[in-house]
Amino acid sequence: MTTEKLISDDGIRNDGRKLDELRKIKFEIGVLKNTDGSAYVEWGRTKILVGVMGPRESHPKHLAMPDRARIDAFYRMASFSVEEWKSPAPSRRETELSKVIREALGPAVFTEYFPRTSIDIFIEVLQADGSTRCAAISAASLALVDAGIPMRDLVASIAVGKVEGQLVLDVQDKEDKEGESDMPMAYMPSKNAVTLLQMDGQITHDEFLRSIELLKKGCLDVYKMQKEAIEAHFKVNESNTEEA
Amino acid sequence: MNFEQRQLVVPGTLLAEGKYEAGFNVYRDADQYFASIVGLADLRNDLVSVIPLRGCYLPQPGDIVIGKVIECIPTAWMLDIRSPYQGVLFASEFLSKPLNPMREEARKYLDVGEMVIASVIAFDRTRNPSLSCRDHNLGKIQRGTVIDVDATRVPRIIGKKGSMIGMLKKESNTQIMVGQNGRVWISGKTRDEEAYVAAAVRKIADEAHTSGLTDRIREYLVSNRR
Repeated sequence: MTTEKLISDDGIRNDGRKLDELRKIKFEIGVLKNTDGSAYVEWGRTKILVGVMGPRESHPKHLAMPDRARIDAFYRMASFSVEEWKSPAPSRRETELSKVIREALGPAVFTEYFPRTSIDIFIEVLQADGSTRCAAISAASLALVDAGIPMRDLVASIAVGKVEGQLVLDVQDKEDKEGESDMPMAYMPSKNAVTLLQMDGQITHDEFLRSIELLKKGCLDVYKMQKEAIEAHFKVNESNTEEA
Repeated sequence: MNFEQRQLVVPGTLLAEGKYEAGFNVYRDADQYFASIVGLADLRNDLVSVIPLRGCYLPQPGDIVIGKVIECIPTAWMLDIRSPYQGVLFASEFLSKPLNPMREEARKYLDVGEMVIASVIAFDRTRNPSLSCRDHNLGKIQRGTVIDVDATRVPRIIGKKGSMIGMLKKESNTQIMVGQNGRVWISGKTRDEEAYVAAAVRKIADEAHTSGLTDRIREYLVSNRR
Protein backbone atom coordinates (compact mmCIF):
# COMPACT_ATOMS: atom_id res chain seq x y z
CA MET A 1 0.00 0.00 0.00
CA THR A 2 1.37 3.38 -0.87
CA THR A 3 0.36 6.29 1.32
CA GLU A 4 1.18 9.94 0.82
CA LYS A 5 3.71 11.41 3.18
CA LEU A 6 2.21 13.29 6.14
CA ILE A 7 5.26 15.43 6.81
CA SER A 8 7.38 16.88 4.01
CA ASP A 9 11.16 16.92 4.14
CA ASP A 10 11.25 20.55 5.26
CA GLY A 11 8.92 19.83 8.21
CA ILE A 12 5.57 20.97 6.82
CA ARG A 13 2.50 18.79 7.51
CA ASN A 14 0.03 17.83 4.81
CA ASP A 15 -2.35 20.63 5.80
CA GLY A 16 0.40 23.25 5.59
CA ARG A 17 1.14 23.54 9.31
CA LYS A 18 4.50 23.47 11.02
CA LEU A 19 5.15 20.63 13.49
CA ASP A 20 4.20 22.72 16.55
CA GLU A 21 1.51 24.82 14.92
CA LEU A 22 -2.16 24.71 15.97
CA ARG A 23 -5.10 24.59 13.62
CA LYS A 24 -7.30 27.66 13.33
CA ILE A 25 -9.45 27.75 16.48
CA LYS A 26 -12.56 29.86 16.95
CA PHE A 27 -14.56 29.87 20.19
CA GLU A 28 -18.01 31.37 20.58
CA ILE A 29 -19.91 31.75 23.86
CA GLY A 30 -23.61 32.01 24.67
CA VAL A 31 -24.94 30.55 21.44
CA LEU A 32 -27.94 28.66 22.87
CA LYS A 33 -31.02 30.15 24.49
CA ASN A 34 -32.47 27.21 26.43
CA THR A 35 -29.35 26.26 28.36
CA ASP A 36 -27.75 27.97 31.35
CA GLY A 37 -24.46 28.24 29.48
CA SER A 38 -23.22 27.29 26.04
CA ALA A 39 -20.23 27.43 23.74
CA TYR A 40 -19.37 26.51 20.17
CA VAL A 41 -15.93 25.72 18.82
CA GLU A 42 -14.49 25.38 15.34
CA TRP A 43 -11.13 23.67 15.70
CA GLY A 44 -9.86 23.31 12.17
CA ARG A 45 -12.56 21.14 10.63
CA THR A 46 -13.74 19.83 14.00
CA LYS A 47 -17.00 21.52 15.03
CA ILE A 48 -18.53 21.03 18.47
CA LEU A 49 -21.50 22.53 20.29
CA VAL A 50 -21.66 22.39 24.10
CA GLY A 51 -24.60 23.19 26.37
CA VAL A 52 -24.52 23.26 30.18
CA MET A 53 -27.59 22.87 32.41
CA GLY A 54 -27.40 23.48 36.11
CA PRO A 55 -26.63 23.42 38.89
CA ARG A 56 -30.14 22.05 39.19
CA GLU A 57 -32.08 19.49 41.18
CA SER A 58 -30.52 16.10 40.55
CA HIS A 59 -32.61 13.58 38.62
CA PRO A 60 -32.74 10.72 39.38
CA LYS A 61 -32.64 11.80 43.02
CA HIS A 62 -30.76 8.78 44.37
CA LEU A 63 -27.65 9.80 42.43
CA ALA A 64 -27.45 13.16 44.21
CA MET A 65 -24.48 13.48 46.54
CA PRO A 66 -25.01 15.02 49.99
CA ASP A 67 -21.77 17.02 50.00
CA ARG A 68 -21.29 18.22 46.41
CA ALA A 69 -22.76 18.55 42.97
CA ARG A 70 -22.69 15.68 40.52
CA ILE A 71 -21.09 16.48 37.18
CA ASP A 72 -22.29 14.55 34.18
CA ALA A 73 -21.06 14.80 30.62
CA PHE A 74 -22.90 13.50 27.56
CA TYR A 75 -20.59 13.26 24.57
CA ARG A 76 -22.42 12.47 21.37
CA MET A 77 -21.40 12.36 17.74
CA ALA A 78 -23.92 13.31 15.10
CA SER A 79 -24.53 10.66 12.46
CA PHE A 80 -23.13 12.99 9.82
CA SER A 81 -20.05 13.98 11.82
CA VAL A 82 -17.72 11.40 10.33
CA GLU A 83 -16.98 10.30 6.79
CA GLU A 84 -18.94 7.10 7.07
CA TRP A 85 -22.36 7.29 8.65
CA LYS A 86 -22.22 6.79 12.41
CA SER A 87 -25.00 4.81 14.04
CA PRO A 88 -27.09 7.13 16.24
CA ALA A 89 -27.01 4.59 19.06
CA PRO A 90 -24.53 5.45 21.83
CA SER A 91 -21.27 3.64 21.18
CA ARG A 92 -18.69 2.30 23.59
CA ARG A 93 -16.37 5.10 22.53
CA GLU A 94 -18.91 7.82 23.27
CA THR A 95 -19.61 6.44 26.74
CA GLU A 96 -15.89 6.31 27.48
CA LEU A 97 -15.29 9.85 26.23
CA SER A 98 -18.19 11.10 28.36
CA LYS A 99 -16.48 9.65 31.41
CA VAL A 100 -13.07 11.00 30.45
CA ILE A 101 -14.42 14.51 29.80
CA ARG A 102 -16.41 14.51 33.03
CA GLU A 103 -13.28 13.63 34.99
CA ALA A 104 -11.15 16.17 33.13
CA LEU A 105 -13.52 19.01 34.05
CA GLY A 106 -14.44 17.84 37.55
CA PRO A 107 -11.28 19.07 39.34
CA ALA A 108 -11.85 22.60 37.97
CA VAL A 109 -15.38 23.02 39.32
CA PHE A 110 -16.20 23.99 42.92
CA THR A 111 -18.76 21.19 43.21
CA GLU A 112 -18.90 21.53 47.00
CA TYR A 113 -20.71 24.88 46.61
CA PHE A 114 -23.85 23.14 45.36
CA PRO A 115 -24.50 19.94 47.34
CA ARG A 116 -27.31 17.64 46.16
CA THR A 117 -27.50 19.20 42.69
CA SER A 118 -26.29 18.09 39.29
CA ILE A 119 -24.46 19.91 36.52
CA ASP A 120 -25.03 18.40 33.09
CA ILE A 121 -22.70 19.05 30.16
CA PHE A 122 -24.09 18.14 26.74
CA ILE A 123 -21.50 17.83 23.98
CA GLU A 124 -22.64 17.45 20.40
CA VAL A 125 -19.92 16.75 17.84
CA LEU A 126 -21.21 18.12 14.54
CA GLN A 127 -18.09 17.40 12.51
CA ALA A 128 -15.12 15.34 13.62
CA ASP A 129 -11.57 15.76 12.34
CA GLY A 130 -9.43 14.55 15.22
CA SER A 131 -8.90 15.89 18.76
CA THR A 132 -12.63 15.99 19.46
CA ARG A 133 -12.09 15.29 23.16
CA CYS A 134 -9.63 18.17 23.42
CA ALA A 135 -11.94 20.55 21.59
CA ALA A 136 -14.88 19.34 23.68
CA ILE A 137 -13.08 19.88 27.01
CA SER A 138 -11.87 23.35 25.99
CA ALA A 139 -15.34 24.40 24.80
CA ALA A 140 -17.12 22.83 27.78
CA SER A 141 -15.06 24.87 30.23
CA LEU A 142 -16.21 28.02 28.40
CA ALA A 143 -19.82 26.84 28.61
CA LEU A 144 -19.36 26.33 32.37
CA VAL A 145 -18.06 29.91 32.65
CA ASP A 146 -21.09 31.14 30.71
CA ALA A 147 -23.37 29.25 33.12
CA GLY A 148 -21.77 31.18 36.00
CA ILE A 149 -20.48 28.07 37.76
CA PRO A 150 -17.55 28.80 40.12
CA MET A 151 -14.31 27.25 38.87
CA ARG A 152 -10.67 27.13 39.94
CA ASP A 153 -9.42 27.75 36.42
CA LEU A 154 -10.30 27.26 32.79
CA VAL A 155 -9.39 23.84 31.40
CA ALA A 156 -7.44 23.93 28.16
CA SER A 157 -6.74 20.77 26.23
CA ILE A 158 -4.69 19.66 23.26
CA ALA A 159 -3.04 16.52 21.82
CA VAL A 160 0.46 15.64 20.66
CA GLY A 161 1.04 12.79 18.25
CA LYS A 162 3.99 10.96 16.81
CA VAL A 163 3.86 10.89 13.04
CA GLU A 164 6.59 9.44 10.83
CA GLY A 165 8.97 9.54 13.78
CA GLN A 166 8.35 13.20 14.66
CA LEU A 167 6.27 14.82 17.41
CA VAL A 168 3.44 17.00 16.13
CA LEU A 169 1.12 19.31 18.06
CA ASP A 170 -2.66 19.33 17.58
CA VAL A 171 -3.31 16.02 15.85
CA GLN A 172 -5.82 15.93 13.03
CA ASP A 173 -7.82 12.85 12.05
CA LYS A 174 -5.46 11.63 9.33
CA GLU A 175 -2.39 11.96 11.54
CA ASP A 176 -4.20 10.19 14.37
CA LYS A 177 -5.15 7.21 12.19
CA GLU A 178 -1.87 6.83 10.29
CA GLY A 179 0.54 8.04 12.94
CA GLU A 180 2.33 5.99 15.58
CA SER A 181 0.88 7.52 18.72
CA ASP A 182 -1.56 10.06 20.09
CA MET A 183 -1.46 11.76 23.52
CA PRO A 184 -4.19 14.15 24.60
CA MET A 185 -3.82 16.29 27.74
CA ALA A 186 -6.13 18.62 29.65
CA TYR A 187 -4.47 21.25 31.79
CA MET A 188 -5.30 24.07 34.19
CA PRO A 189 -2.58 26.60 33.35
CA SER A 190 -2.75 28.92 36.34
CA LYS A 191 -2.74 25.93 38.74
CA ASN A 192 -0.13 24.03 36.68
CA ALA A 193 -2.35 20.95 37.12
CA VAL A 194 -2.98 18.19 34.61
CA THR A 195 -6.56 16.86 34.72
CA LEU A 196 -6.37 14.41 31.82
CA LEU A 197 -3.50 12.51 30.26
CA GLN A 198 -4.04 9.62 27.88
CA MET A 199 -1.83 7.89 25.38
CA ASP A 200 -2.03 5.15 22.82
CA GLY A 201 0.72 3.83 20.60
CA GLN A 202 4.36 3.70 21.55
CA ILE A 203 6.87 6.44 22.34
CA THR A 204 10.19 6.53 24.16
CA HIS A 205 10.74 8.10 27.56
CA ASP A 206 12.59 11.00 25.97
CA GLU A 207 9.76 11.58 23.51
CA PHE A 208 7.29 11.50 26.39
CA LEU A 209 9.15 14.28 28.20
CA ARG A 210 9.33 16.37 25.04
CA SER A 211 5.62 15.72 24.42
CA ILE A 212 4.70 17.09 27.84
CA GLU A 213 6.59 20.32 27.12
CA LEU A 214 4.87 20.60 23.75
CA LEU A 215 1.46 19.89 25.30
CA LYS A 216 1.92 22.60 27.94
CA LYS A 217 2.85 25.11 25.26
CA GLY A 218 -0.19 24.10 23.19
CA CYS A 219 -2.52 24.31 26.18
CA LEU A 220 -1.27 27.83 26.95
CA ASP A 221 -2.08 28.85 23.37
CA VAL A 222 -5.59 27.40 23.71
CA TYR A 223 -5.95 29.08 27.14
CA LYS A 224 -5.12 32.43 25.58
CA MET A 225 -7.80 31.93 22.93
CA GLN A 226 -10.35 30.89 25.57
CA LYS A 227 -9.66 34.08 27.54
CA GLU A 228 -9.96 36.19 24.40
CA ALA A 229 -13.31 34.55 23.59
CA ILE A 230 -14.65 35.31 27.08
CA GLU A 231 -13.44 38.90 26.93
CA ALA A 232 -14.94 39.39 23.47
CA HIS A 233 -18.30 38.00 24.59
CA PHE A 234 -18.63 39.90 27.85
CA LYS A 235 -16.97 43.18 26.81
CA VAL A 236 -19.66 43.89 24.20
CA ASN A 237 -22.42 44.43 26.73
CA GLU A 238 -20.50 45.44 29.81
CA SER A 239 -18.20 48.29 28.83
CA ASN A 240 -17.95 51.60 30.76
CA THR A 241 -18.43 50.02 34.13
CA GLU A 242 -20.47 51.59 36.86
CA GLU A 243 -22.22 49.78 39.65
CA ALA A 244 -25.37 50.22 41.64
CA MET B 1 -2.95 43.84 43.55
CA ASN B 2 -2.88 42.49 40.06
CA PHE B 3 -5.80 44.20 38.33
CA GLU B 4 -7.45 47.52 37.63
CA GLN B 5 -10.68 48.32 39.45
CA ARG B 6 -13.67 46.87 37.52
CA GLN B 7 -11.50 44.89 35.15
CA LEU B 8 -13.13 41.91 33.43
CA VAL B 9 -11.69 38.71 34.88
CA VAL B 10 -12.20 35.00 34.13
CA PRO B 11 -12.03 32.01 36.49
CA GLY B 12 -8.42 31.33 37.43
CA THR B 13 -7.22 34.93 37.03
CA LEU B 14 -4.66 35.79 39.71
CA LEU B 15 -6.10 38.87 41.43
CA ALA B 16 -3.73 39.58 44.29
CA GLU B 17 -0.85 38.20 46.33
CA GLY B 18 -0.08 38.83 49.99
CA LYS B 19 -2.20 40.33 52.76
CA TYR B 20 -5.74 40.52 51.45
CA GLU B 21 -9.12 39.05 52.27
CA ALA B 22 -11.20 36.91 49.93
CA GLY B 23 -14.67 38.33 49.22
CA PHE B 24 -17.44 37.02 46.96
CA ASN B 25 -16.42 34.80 44.05
CA VAL B 26 -12.76 34.79 45.04
CA TYR B 27 -10.80 31.85 46.40
CA ARG B 28 -7.50 31.69 48.18
CA ASP B 29 -4.62 29.32 47.48
CA ALA B 30 -1.71 29.84 49.92
CA ASP B 31 -1.29 33.64 49.76
CA GLN B 32 -2.68 34.00 46.25
CA TYR B 33 -6.21 35.14 45.43
CA PHE B 34 -7.96 33.96 42.29
CA ALA B 35 -11.28 34.76 40.61
CA SER B 36 -13.70 31.82 40.50
CA ILE B 37 -16.29 33.32 38.18
CA VAL B 38 -16.49 35.66 35.20
CA GLY B 39 -17.07 39.21 36.40
CA LEU B 40 -15.59 42.55 37.33
CA ALA B 41 -12.77 42.59 39.87
CA ASP B 42 -13.20 44.90 42.83
CA LEU B 43 -10.97 45.89 45.76
CA ARG B 44 -12.32 47.62 48.87
CA ASN B 45 -10.18 47.89 52.04
CA ASP B 46 -8.09 44.79 51.30
CA LEU B 47 -11.23 42.82 50.43
CA VAL B 48 -10.86 41.35 46.94
CA SER B 49 -14.11 40.31 45.29
CA VAL B 50 -15.62 39.75 41.86
CA ILE B 51 -18.94 41.28 40.85
CA PRO B 52 -20.56 38.44 38.91
CA LEU B 53 -21.75 38.80 35.31
CA ARG B 54 -23.23 35.30 35.33
CA GLY B 55 -24.43 33.14 38.17
CA CYS B 56 -27.36 31.37 39.69
CA TYR B 57 -29.46 32.56 42.60
CA LEU B 58 -28.69 31.10 46.03
CA PRO B 59 -31.41 31.85 48.61
CA GLN B 60 -30.54 33.91 51.70
CA PRO B 61 -32.83 34.12 54.73
CA GLY B 62 -34.80 37.36 54.49
CA ASP B 63 -34.78 37.57 50.67
CA ILE B 64 -38.03 38.32 48.88
CA VAL B 65 -38.46 35.90 45.98
CA ILE B 66 -41.12 35.27 43.34
CA GLY B 67 -41.83 31.58 42.89
CA LYS B 68 -43.92 29.49 40.52
CA VAL B 69 -45.83 26.52 41.90
CA ILE B 70 -44.62 23.32 40.26
CA GLU B 71 -46.02 20.70 42.62
CA CYS B 72 -48.79 20.46 45.21
CA ILE B 73 -48.18 18.00 48.04
CA PRO B 74 -50.74 17.38 50.85
CA THR B 75 -49.66 20.20 53.19
CA ALA B 76 -47.15 22.17 51.13
CA TRP B 77 -46.24 23.49 47.69
CA MET B 78 -42.95 23.15 45.82
CA LEU B 79 -41.93 26.38 44.14
CA ASP B 80 -39.52 27.00 41.29
CA ILE B 81 -37.48 29.98 42.47
CA ARG B 82 -34.88 29.93 39.63
CA SER B 83 -32.29 28.47 41.94
CA PRO B 84 -30.57 25.07 42.06
CA TYR B 85 -32.89 24.28 44.98
CA GLN B 86 -36.70 24.28 44.91
CA GLY B 87 -38.49 26.32 47.56
CA VAL B 88 -40.91 24.69 50.01
CA LEU B 89 -43.94 26.69 51.06
CA PHE B 90 -45.78 24.97 53.92
CA ALA B 91 -49.52 25.48 54.08
CA SER B 92 -49.18 26.94 57.58
CA GLU B 93 -46.86 29.61 56.17
CA PHE B 94 -49.29 30.53 53.41
CA LEU B 95 -52.72 30.23 55.02
CA SER B 96 -53.34 31.82 58.37
CA LYS B 97 -54.86 28.55 59.59
CA PRO B 98 -53.62 24.96 59.50
CA LEU B 99 -54.70 22.92 56.49
CA ASN B 100 -56.23 19.54 57.20
CA PRO B 101 -55.24 17.32 54.26
CA MET B 102 -58.03 14.85 55.14
CA ARG B 103 -60.65 17.46 54.50
CA GLU B 104 -59.32 19.78 51.79
CA GLU B 105 -56.71 19.78 49.08
CA ALA B 106 -53.74 22.16 48.88
CA ARG B 107 -54.63 22.74 45.23
CA LYS B 108 -57.76 24.56 46.29
CA TYR B 109 -55.62 27.49 47.47
CA LEU B 110 -52.66 27.36 45.10
CA ASP B 111 -52.47 25.39 41.88
CA VAL B 112 -49.57 24.43 39.65
CA GLY B 113 -48.44 27.36 37.51
CA GLU B 114 -49.57 30.10 39.89
CA MET B 115 -47.05 32.68 41.07
CA VAL B 116 -46.33 33.59 44.68
CA ILE B 117 -44.35 36.38 46.31
CA ALA B 118 -42.67 34.94 49.41
CA SER B 119 -39.75 35.49 51.72
CA VAL B 120 -37.01 32.97 52.49
CA ILE B 121 -37.04 32.01 56.16
CA ALA B 122 -34.32 29.37 56.29
CA PHE B 123 -31.76 27.88 53.95
CA ASP B 124 -28.43 26.11 54.45
CA ARG B 125 -28.01 23.95 51.28
CA THR B 126 -28.53 20.70 53.22
CA ARG B 127 -32.27 21.19 53.01
CA ASN B 128 -34.42 22.99 50.49
CA PRO B 129 -35.16 26.63 51.30
CA SER B 130 -38.36 27.17 53.28
CA LEU B 131 -40.52 30.06 52.25
CA SER B 132 -43.17 32.08 54.04
CA CYS B 133 -45.96 34.42 53.01
CA ARG B 134 -46.62 35.71 56.52
CA ASP B 135 -46.08 39.42 55.98
CA HIS B 136 -47.90 42.12 54.15
CA ASN B 137 -47.27 42.43 50.40
CA LEU B 138 -46.56 38.70 50.28
CA GLY B 139 -48.86 36.02 48.89
CA LYS B 140 -50.38 34.81 45.66
CA ILE B 141 -50.05 37.07 42.61
CA GLN B 142 -53.54 37.93 41.37
CA ARG B 143 -52.78 40.36 38.54
CA GLY B 144 -49.97 42.03 36.65
CA THR B 145 -46.98 40.71 34.71
CA VAL B 146 -43.99 38.70 35.87
CA ILE B 147 -40.77 38.78 33.87
CA ASP B 148 -37.48 36.92 34.30
CA VAL B 149 -34.08 38.62 34.27
CA ASP B 150 -30.62 37.41 35.26
CA ALA B 151 -30.38 37.26 39.07
CA THR B 152 -26.98 38.99 38.97
CA ARG B 153 -28.71 42.13 37.61
CA VAL B 154 -31.10 42.55 40.55
CA PRO B 155 -28.87 45.06 42.45
CA ARG B 156 -28.84 47.29 39.35
CA ILE B 157 -32.64 47.16 38.93
CA ILE B 158 -33.00 48.29 42.52
CA GLY B 159 -30.15 50.80 42.30
CA LYS B 160 -28.24 52.63 45.01
CA LYS B 161 -30.61 52.92 47.97
CA GLY B 162 -33.47 52.04 45.62
CA SER B 163 -32.79 54.93 43.21
CA MET B 164 -33.56 53.01 40.04
CA ILE B 165 -36.70 51.24 41.21
CA GLY B 166 -37.94 54.45 42.87
CA MET B 167 -37.58 56.28 39.58
CA LEU B 168 -39.31 53.45 37.69
CA LYS B 169 -42.30 53.51 40.02
CA LYS B 170 -42.55 57.30 39.94
CA GLU B 171 -42.21 57.75 36.20
CA SER B 172 -44.49 54.88 35.21
CA ASN B 173 -47.08 54.96 37.96
CA THR B 174 -47.04 51.18 38.34
CA GLN B 175 -46.47 48.84 41.27
CA ILE B 176 -43.18 46.94 40.99
CA MET B 177 -41.73 44.19 43.14
CA VAL B 178 -38.25 42.82 42.45
CA GLY B 179 -37.55 39.30 43.69
CA GLN B 180 -33.92 38.62 44.64
CA ASN B 181 -34.11 35.56 42.39
CA GLY B 182 -34.40 37.69 39.26
CA ARG B 183 -38.16 37.77 38.82
CA VAL B 184 -39.90 41.12 38.58
CA TRP B 185 -43.62 41.66 39.16
CA ILE B 186 -45.17 44.70 37.49
CA SER B 187 -48.76 45.77 37.97
CA GLY B 188 -50.25 48.74 36.15
CA LYS B 189 -53.63 49.96 35.00
CA THR B 190 -53.31 48.46 31.52
CA ARG B 191 -51.39 45.65 29.85
CA ASP B 192 -49.62 48.18 27.61
CA GLU B 193 -48.36 50.06 30.60
CA GLU B 194 -46.97 46.85 32.10
CA ALA B 195 -45.37 45.91 28.77
CA TYR B 196 -43.37 49.10 28.44
CA VAL B 197 -42.19 49.00 32.05
CA ALA B 198 -41.17 45.35 31.44
CA ALA B 199 -39.19 46.49 28.40
CA ALA B 200 -37.48 49.14 30.54
CA VAL B 201 -36.55 46.54 33.19
CA ARG B 202 -35.10 44.26 30.49
CA LYS B 203 -33.11 47.23 29.18
CA ILE B 204 -31.68 47.81 32.66
CA ALA B 205 -30.67 44.15 32.88
CA ASP B 206 -29.00 44.22 29.46
CA GLU B 207 -27.09 47.45 30.08
CA ALA B 208 -26.50 46.86 33.80
CA HIS B 209 -22.84 47.84 33.86
CA THR B 210 -22.92 50.97 31.70
CA SER B 211 -22.77 54.53 33.03
CA GLY B 212 -25.59 57.07 33.02
CA LEU B 213 -28.17 54.29 32.97
CA THR B 214 -30.74 55.86 35.31
CA ASP B 215 -31.02 58.94 33.08
CA ARG B 216 -31.30 56.88 29.92
CA ILE B 217 -34.06 54.73 31.44
CA ARG B 218 -35.92 57.86 32.55
CA GLU B 219 -35.77 59.22 29.00
CA TYR B 220 -36.93 55.87 27.68
CA LEU B 221 -39.94 55.86 30.02
CA VAL B 222 -40.88 59.47 29.25
CA SER B 223 -40.68 58.96 25.48
CA ASN B 224 -42.80 55.80 25.66
CA ARG B 225 -45.46 57.20 27.96
CA ARG B 226 -48.83 57.78 26.37
